[in-house]
Amino acid sequence: MNRATAIRESVGDRVFLALIYIFLCCVLVAVLYPLIYIVSSSFSSAQAVVSGKVWLWPVDFSLMGYKVIFSNPAILTGYMNSIIYTLLGVSINVVMTVAIAYPLSRSTFVGRNLIMMLLVFTILFSGGLIPTYLTVKAVGILDTRWAMVLPGALSVFQVIVARTFFQSTIPKELGEAAELDGCSDIGFLWRVVLPLSKAIIAVLILFYAVGIWNAYFDALIYLKSPELYPLQIILRNILILNTIDATALVDANQMAARQGLRDLLKYSLIVVATVPILCIYPFVQKYFVQGIMIGSVKG
Amino acid sequence: MKNTGVMGVRGNTIRRGDKRSGGLAAGRMWRGIKRHWQLYLLVAAPMAYIVIFKYIPMYGAQIAFRDYSVVKGFTGSEFVGLKHFRAFFQSPNFWLLIKNTLGISLYSLVVGFPAPIVLALALNEIRRVKFKKTIQMVTFAPFFISTVVMVSMIMIFLSPRLGFVDHIVQGLGFESINFMGSPGYFKSIFVWSNVWQGIGYGAVIYLAALAGINPELYEAAKVDGASRLQKMRHVDIPGIAPAAIILLILSVGQIMNVGFEKVYLMQNPLNVSTSEVISTYVYKIGLLGANFSFSSAVDLFNSLINLVLLISVNAVAKRISDNSLW
Repeated sequence: MNRATAIRESVGDRVFLALIYIFLCCVLVAVLYPLIYIVSSSFSSAQAVVSGKVWLWPVDFSLMGYKVIFSNPAILTGYMNSIIYTLLGVSINVVMTVAIAYPLSRSTFVGRNLIMMLLVFTILFSGGLIPTYLTVKAVGILDTRWAMVLPGALSVFQVIVARTFFQSTIPKELGEAAELDGCSDIGFLWRVVLPLSKAIIAVLILFYAVGIWNAYFDALIYLKSPELYPLQIILRNILILNTIDATALVDANQMAARQGLRDLLKYSLIVVATVPILCIYPFVQKYFVQGIMIGSVKG
Repeated sequence: MKNTGVMGVRGNTIRRGDKRSGGLAAGRMWRGIKRHWQLYLLVAAPMAYIVIFKYIPMYGAQIAFRDYSVVKGFTGSEFVGLKHFRAFFQSPNFWLLIKNTLGISLYSLVVGFPAPIVLALALNEIRRVKFKKTIQMVTFAPFFISTVVMVSMIMIFLSPRLGFVDHIVQGLGFESINFMGSPGYFKSIFVWSNVWQGIGYGAVIYLAALAGINPELYEAAKVDGASRLQKMRHVDIPGIAPAAIILLILSVGQIMNVGFEKVYLMQNPLNVSTSEVISTYVYKIGLLGANFSFSSAVDLFNSLINLVLLISVNAVAKRISDNSLW
């Protein structure tokens, strides 16, 4: 069969396919190279990084950058804070999303169109940065850990995705049968719907976790105490605010020694900040495409 | 989705066999609410969240028409009408902000919108599962990188001292370029790094749409002797068009919103002439400068433009293609 198609394929088609392969290989290199470069540099010596010897694999293998990071109290505090915010935030987000998405998926739920309209309108229009800030302030959670989890406790987009999932995977008859058997709505949600919805819960966890772990803007506007800062704010202070040194070109040689460690630190920090969130990818990957498909194509 | 709702209700009515007066229907509605009180319990907390963190700020947006004072609050502050809007329209920054904001988002739209489609169409031609999976895995990975890390990577790579990009530029015999310090490069750096980060994620949706195309269409194309390119043009592209149009409508509705997080991090005194956009301006004037009412007016103006754009693009899409958000 393969042979047959090979013969039937015209020259034009084969050239076209070859071009596609070349294109995809270019994409692969373009995406992969920066990632490898960062990881390799982080495992190299400061000397090798500064002198530009690293171009693909680590040079003078060293764990210096990581040692410095894990002995820095500010970074460690940031790390702990980010873990707390992510665990707490994801729990709140997932519970809230399911709690509103499930009733909205029930066709007998009186008022669901009204609630849906209220939700969708918040996507189309928002009060803006300042009124939101003033509201958070009025609620009294400014500069507390709650400011990192409550203002973003629900994503309307994820609610729509979850609702579509419930609608398309939980047969209506199942709910009616459970109702006849005297099962309460919450009991049905807990014992029947949730066990059938592992895929969507995995997707919700993934999206919320990535969002919270990577967020820095909420921390920037709502937090003032350094001991509450999440990792991203610490990263910003180290990686970005210190980076604009126009003098770098002028006296690169003199600064090299002192600069060296700081440059190496940047690579290691990037790796350390990204690896934890990357770790959840394989766990949820199984459900991931399924989840996105349900949410996007039907939603 | 609306249809299923209507059908569901109708189904119940027919089964229970009573289609009498409106009074009875209302009574049944209340009974339904009573019987499903637990659903309302579930909805209570999320709705409280929506009201507190979404609708109260919307109500608070009226400070754009007032001179906000902390003591007097949202509604007590003195009403000044369009004063702040006028001040914004007449400020020397106005046209610069509009130009930068629109410039960046139109550039993003033109490059960023087709990029994942091209990747998905290319991947769809590949029959080697391993190769396809590898490309998908790798291109998806940057999705997990935070904005802070992304911007630091950009800075490292483009740095005149450390970056490999500059090493390449010098290797080709050109003068070293200070990319982050040149206003002219800002838009391209912003847009193309977004493509780098988002292309794999964006392609997932289109790959799903491509996977859903009826195989008979491919067989018919084969029988008709269509080349790969013709098959792409006449089967694949129409197959993903509905998803593409929805995403296009949504991105046009965001045209005045250039991602604050990334622009703000990429900004420096040297490139601010092209990198200052409405959202960064609102943040600086409003929160850093404590000019609450003025920056709320800017924000409100921005949101209104977005809303109008979204509604009009949706209307156009509805008329010419049957695909629309509502």
